[in-house]
Amino acid sequence: MNITEKIIAAHAGRDKVTPGELVSVKIDLALANDITAPGAILEFAKIGVGQVFDKDKVVIVPDHFTPNKDIASAEQAKMVREFAGAQDLTNYFEIGQMGIEHALLPELGLVLPGDLVIGADSHTCTYGGMGAFSTGMGSTDLAAAFATGETWLKVPSSLKFNLEGTLGSWVTGKDIILYIIGKIGVDGALYKAMEFTGGAISALSMDSRFSICNMAIEAGGKNGIIAADATTRAYVAERSDRPYTVFESDADAVYEQVLEFRAEDIELQVAFPHLPSNARGLSDVGEVAVDQVVIGSCTNGRIEDLRIAAKILKGQKVHRGLRLIVIPATQKIYKQAMNEGLFDIFIDAGAAISTPTCGPCLGGHMGVLAAGERALATTNRNFVGRMGHKDSEVYLAGPAVAAATAIAGKIVGPEAS
Amino acid sequence: MKITGKAHKFGRDIDTDIIIPAQYLTTFDPDELAKHCMEPLDDEFKANVAPGDIIVADENFGCGSSREHAPVAIKGAGIGAIIAKSFARIFYRNAINTGLPIFESPEAVDGISAGDEVSVDVVAGVITNTTTGKTYQTPPFTGHLAEIIEAGGLIEFTKKRVKG
Repeated sequence: MNITEKIIAAHAGRDKVTPGELVSVKIDLALANDITAPGAILEFAKIGVGQVFDKDKVVIVPDHFTPNKDIASAEQAKMVREFAGAQDLTNYFEIGQMGIEHALLPELGLVLPGDLVIGADSHTCTYGGMGAFSTGMGSTDLAAAFATGETWLKVPSSLKFNLEGTLGSWVTGKDIILYIIGKIGVDGALYKAMEFTGGAISALSMDSRFSICNMAIEAGGKNGIIAADATTRAYVAERSDRPYTVFESDADAVYEQVLEFRAEDIELQVAFPHLPSNARGLSDVGEVAVDQVVIGSCTNGRIEDLRIAAKILKGQKVHRGLRLIVIPATQKIYKQAMNEGLFDIFIDAGAAISTPTCGPCLGGHMGVLAAGERALATTNRNFVGRMGHKDSEVYLAGPAVAAATAIAGKIVGPEAS
Repeated sequence: MKITGKAHKFGRDIDTDIIIPAQYLTTFDPDELAKHCMEPLDDEFKANVAPGDIIVADENFGCGSSREHAPVAIKGAGIGAIIAKSFARIFYRNAINTGLPIFESPEAVDGISAGDEVSVDVVAGVITNTTTGKTYQTPPFTGHLAEIIEAGGLIEFTKKRVKG
């Protein structure tokens, strides 16, 4: 079996599972946020069990429209807060202690290798970066999981993406995943597991691994996964004492397809509107002027991203007329960036720094676009109207291109800024 | 159960930000969400839907976010069923869980034009294009999915389970 099949089998109480089978699995964590939890709470009430299956394993993070963007979102946040209080949830994270959910959970050691996690948020697939099986679902699925601690899954077939070689300077996990989505398309991994292997993957930081698995959903994938290794173990050791199991794919594991890539072929990437699959190498971008740059999100709001951006922005100024918004993904990252002096660099350059929120990524708040405006963002989606008006545009890239673009006022790489 | 209505055609990769833009995700009220359904593509979508009308779309319908507001908005707008060449995975689950009938049939999608009169026999999985007289058979739901649909959605199914 491959790693995805092994984790599903272990949680289904089975020795073996095969792609296409429907299985019932026990879950280690069930996650929802301020947008999806209200629906889950309403549906959960209809089931009539009263208490959630395990108050330690239901996690709620109000991160999308918080700090509340308007009265309606405040009402939703209040409903979620009251539910967390009534259920005495251990893992409810209020403003001031929270972060963007998919950065926060690994950081706190709430997800470990070998876990099976479901979340009412499509980017729940992020935790594959540490060798867990995690996937997004809707509010009703979460409601059922809140009640039973179980869910049903169709065992996915797996695609293996093997990346050998050495990445170029400034190239990170974001470029790798945009490059791959550019090759296979937004439904290139529909319903499938995306397993990432090879020397160039092993050499990656945890932050880059999270970025890659985070965007598996943008290829239609059920989950992205990178087997835990020494880098993962070191990351986990600082965060949790809970025992965990490291699963690895067998030598004779079955894949629907194995795709081989060379790290040297992966340039810094930019995905043009209006699909993440419209990825191009930086050398093919041409002249694209930009009104706003956002550095943040569950994809790229981690310390590695902020350090890269700061390296490029140091002693530089944001281009006149362009807005640069930097959003550290969690309170811990926020403090770390501040202590490392990154905030001085950002503020001296003329950037705004925000408290953790998903905000602008989904056109919620903290940087919504007007008609005709164009943003380059380190976020994960560039659909029509994603960041605001339906006649605005979003270009996706990693932190290096974002920082360089903020200085130049048009899409460029760090060498040009 | 039979659903009959006019076909509304869409292309591929209709994402959840088109189906219901995130700025409106401050409620789960179907009527409220329906007002903004498909807004970035078509401001008049809801006004042009009669109850029972059917969305007919290409590949990867519902890609993007996990927001269950998407099938809720579509149902709220009066759409009775969706036929697509393929669905994004989370949208597929959400549609089943919230009781929005969906069918995968590339042949039917190619054989139905915008405005055609279409009827769908939900249980038998038979799609009929009344305008052209052609019919299309889709594979029936089996196993766990059939049980959820039979119970009337995931919540009813779960209710039965927890009662043992």
